[in-house]
Amino acid sequence: MRLELRGITKRYPGVVANDAVDLTVEPGEVHGLLGENGAGKSTLMNVLYGLTQPDEGSILVDGVERQFADPGDAIAAGIGMVHQHFMLVPVFTVAENITLGMEPTDRFGRYDRRAANATVTELAERFGLPVDPDALVGDLPVGLQQRVEILKALARDARLLILDEPTAVLTPQEADGLFESIRGFQAAGRSVIFISHKLREHHEIADRITVLRRGRTIGTVDASTSEPQQLADMMVGRPVILTVDRAPARPGDVVLELDGVSVEAPDGRLLVDRVDLDVHAGEIVAIAGVEGNGQTPLVEALTGLRPVTAGTVTLAGRDVTGADRRTLLRGGVGHIPEDRNEHGLVGGFTIRDNLVLNLWDDERFAHGRTRRRDVIDEHATRMMDEFDVRAPSTTTTADALSGGNQQKVIVAREFARPIELLVAAQPTRGIDVGSIEYIHGRLVAKRDAGVGVLLVSSELDEVTALADRIAVMFRGHLVGPFPAPLAKEVIGLMMAGVDPAEAMAGEAA
Amino acid sequence: MNPLERAARRRQLRFALVTLVLAVVPAFLLAPDGAGQRATFVLADARGERVVLEPLQVAVTPTVVTLAVLIALLGALQLARDLGRRAPVAVGAAAGLLVLAVLVWAGAGESVSVVALLRGTLFAAVPIAFGAMAGVLSERAGVINIAIEGQFLGGAFAAAVLASVVGSAWAGLLGGVVAGALIGVLLALLTIRYQADQIVSGVVLIVLATGVTSFLTSQLLSVNPDWNSPVRFQATAVPVLGDIPLLGSIVFRQTMLVYLMLITVVVLQFALFRTRWGLRLRSVGEHPAAADTVGIDVLRTRFRAVVLGGVLAGVGGSWFTLEAASQFAKEMTAGRGFIALAAMLVGRFSPVGALSAALLFGFSDALATALQRLPVPLPSTLLRTAPYVVTLLVVAGLIGRLRVPAADGKPYVKA
Repeated sequence: MRLELRGITKRYPGVVANDAVDLTVEPGEVHGLLGENGAGKSTLMNVLYGLTQPDEGSILVDGVERQFADPGDAIAAGIGMVHQHFMLVPVFTVAENITLGMEPTDRFGRYDRRAANATVTELAERFGLPVDPDALVGDLPVGLQQRVEILKALARDARLLILDEPTAVLTPQEADGLFESIRGFQAAGRSVIFISHKLREHHEIADRITVLRRGRTIGTVDASTSEPQQLADMMVGRPVILTVDRAPARPGDVVLELDGVSVEAPDGRLLVDRVDLDVHAGEIVAIAGVEGNGQTPLVEALTGLRPVTAGTVTLAGRDVTGADRRTLLRGGVGHIPEDRNEHGLVGGFTIRDNLVLNLWDDERFAHGRTRRRDVIDEHATRMMDEFDVRAPSTTTTADALSGGNQQKVIVAREFARPIELLVAAQPTRGIDVGSIEYIHGRLVAKRDAGVGVLLVSSELDEVTALADRIAVMFRGHLVGPFPAPLAKEVIGLMMAGVDPAEAMAGEAA
Repeated sequence: MNPLERAARRRQLRFALVTLVLAVVPAFLLAPDGAGQRATFVLADARGERVVLEPLQVAVTPTVVTLAVLIALLGALQLARDLGRRAPVAVGAAAGLLVLAVLVWAGAGESVSVVALLRGTLFAAVPIAFGAMAGVLSERAGVINIAIEGQFLGGAFAAAVLASVVGSAWAGLLGGVVAGALIGVLLALLTIRYQADQIVSGVVLIVLATGVTSFLTSQLLSVNPDWNSPVRFQATAVPVLGDIPLLGSIVFRQTMLVYLMLITVVVLQFALFRTRWGLRLRSVGEHPAAADTVGIDVLRTRFRAVVLGGVLAGVGGSWFTLEAASQFAKEMTAGRGFIALAAMLVGRFSPVGALSAALLFGFSDALATALQRLPVPLPSTLLRTAPYVVTLLVVAGLIGRLRVPAADGKPYVKA
């Protein structure tokens, strides 16, 4: 399919999400779409998939102008989409999910399970993407769920496949498998739009790359002739430093020691299985891993949000196993939570109030039961300046800020009080490159100031850029930590559960 | 043993203890009472059956003791063996045996009609089953419907008036269906079109239905008694099947709505889980965005499900004035709409489950009625709390885990 988007403009109240965007995808081409969050990638794809209608511009499929009033129209035109958040019903079977909306039925409207399964098996064989049609989707690992999502598009005879951040949930090895499938489609003359904010992946899979920034097309380049640095600069609009500058760590005393720490879910499932780990002052220890392998419960247990069911936690020599959150925070633990909207900020509160959320009764900010508004405001002004929070005023509410600025507010709050240990969970998830660069610099600075940093991240680039030692979590077990640097491939293998010795040997050979 | 197994094992031990406690009641409280007496169980109700079974007579004390031993054995079984998922079944069986023991004890020197008890169970289950199925349809599609009580009232009122004025129970049923559907349309408009809070909308509709029917009753029906003397459905025997001993007397010598209930359960169970229509309906209640992206009209599917649910609830409401009572009275549904909601939960959002729960609740109702006629010191109101107790146990997750449709209660807003 040859797809052409011409001058697509989509306005929302107060923002122009797409401003005269042009994009051409040739038959058999893998076209990368690169841009920061909020650059307009999602809006553009929603327009293309009929989920929303453009205010201006036209969509041409094989030279013919088309209007997509809903996804049904886009599907009919041969466009398939694999959403970042899968559009799959977990309690339905693979076959039910794939055939939903185009179900084979007999004369009485009865769902024909056998015919549906046959369709799925046939598709799976044709594209070399084996699945069990009778398995419940919710029981499948994420990589397989994505395969179901792809098959769903192929079952509708998609000749152009949109993949929205497809690698975000995959291990590097699963991502390799995905890339292989993409090359398969390409060989069959199908086109792919590949959306990602990871530069490396664009170079690996795309033929051409279009960069969006603030709703506009910045340019389209050949993947083979462009450099990552050039793309990053195009994406951000100014020169970006891709590597983090840091001196070797000078580790001091142990600030955090975990000895056989286990965490159980309320229903008794073991989420974290006897983890041993120590973090020294002045070093960054990273825990890598695909999400959902126990990192979240571990962080919650360390920060007092969830009970530790076995083992001991020692903070700077004091046993704090089972201590409540308040004790931990006052005892020198800083926490950048994984979900800033859920746990990090109160969206409806102002920036200045969010900045003192855990210091509200500190005598700097309160006289007994009354708050010292002027001091809080002054503090906010200073913090916003120091941490580069871009907002109209200290009374702007947190939910009005961009992700990057929200994250800076949290970092500012956690850095504004004396801490010995910083637990940073996915600190740069979903924020723009500029803010990532800034927060990374701050984390390293905190390390150099003698704080022990425990970084939990599913972004391999982040782990390798920041960590002094690297551990990997897989199904509740922690392997490592091993001294950095560690090859990404080795980390990837361990993230998939391969024994560390084997992973490293494999890499050496 | 992993923690999951450990938790299951702990749970089963608790179940075993409960079962053993259940055995204590008949063994020590009930058995001594009926010494030397016999209880009579009537197995036919002499309304023209071909085969009339002889009443069954049992000696009270030996029977109660035997039942107590059986309950204790069930408890011991749970202690000795890992029953896994079947552990709740053992507790349920023990509870059933206990009920039987109570019946034998209460029937000492008296006669208890098994036919009347079980037929009453089916009869009392009608509104609960229809109401629960209304809930199943609506909530499987993602809309919480707590307005069932209001749909019952509206249905009961409209059925009474139409059956009186037209002079036909079928006209009354049609009236009940229309009233239930109309309230369904209101609920759908509020929750789907205007995305109002679904709980609040449901409550508002109950209040509305209560107010309107009470007002019309005092203003219209009390002045025109002719409008409130509905022609009702009479019990009719199904040919051949009605002559089966015991079963025929209980199931096939019933009223129209009982038959309609049984047919509806089968049809709806099939439609929800075996047809394209059902797959699509469930998809919008589980993941509306997924349904939308494959071209299923989420809002229309939900709207239809809620209105169809209203139709079923209207049938349930008709039962009150076309079968249960001889006329409409203010607030006559007496909270059965909420029991229907409970049956929906206990039945885990499936029509067959809803019927089973409705039968359980219907049985506790019929049993309370039966015990009222016997000279035993057991308050019948206590038995009528059974639906709430069972619902609490299920909702609290003591009997398996309750899985609610993922998008239930969440309005769908397009991207």
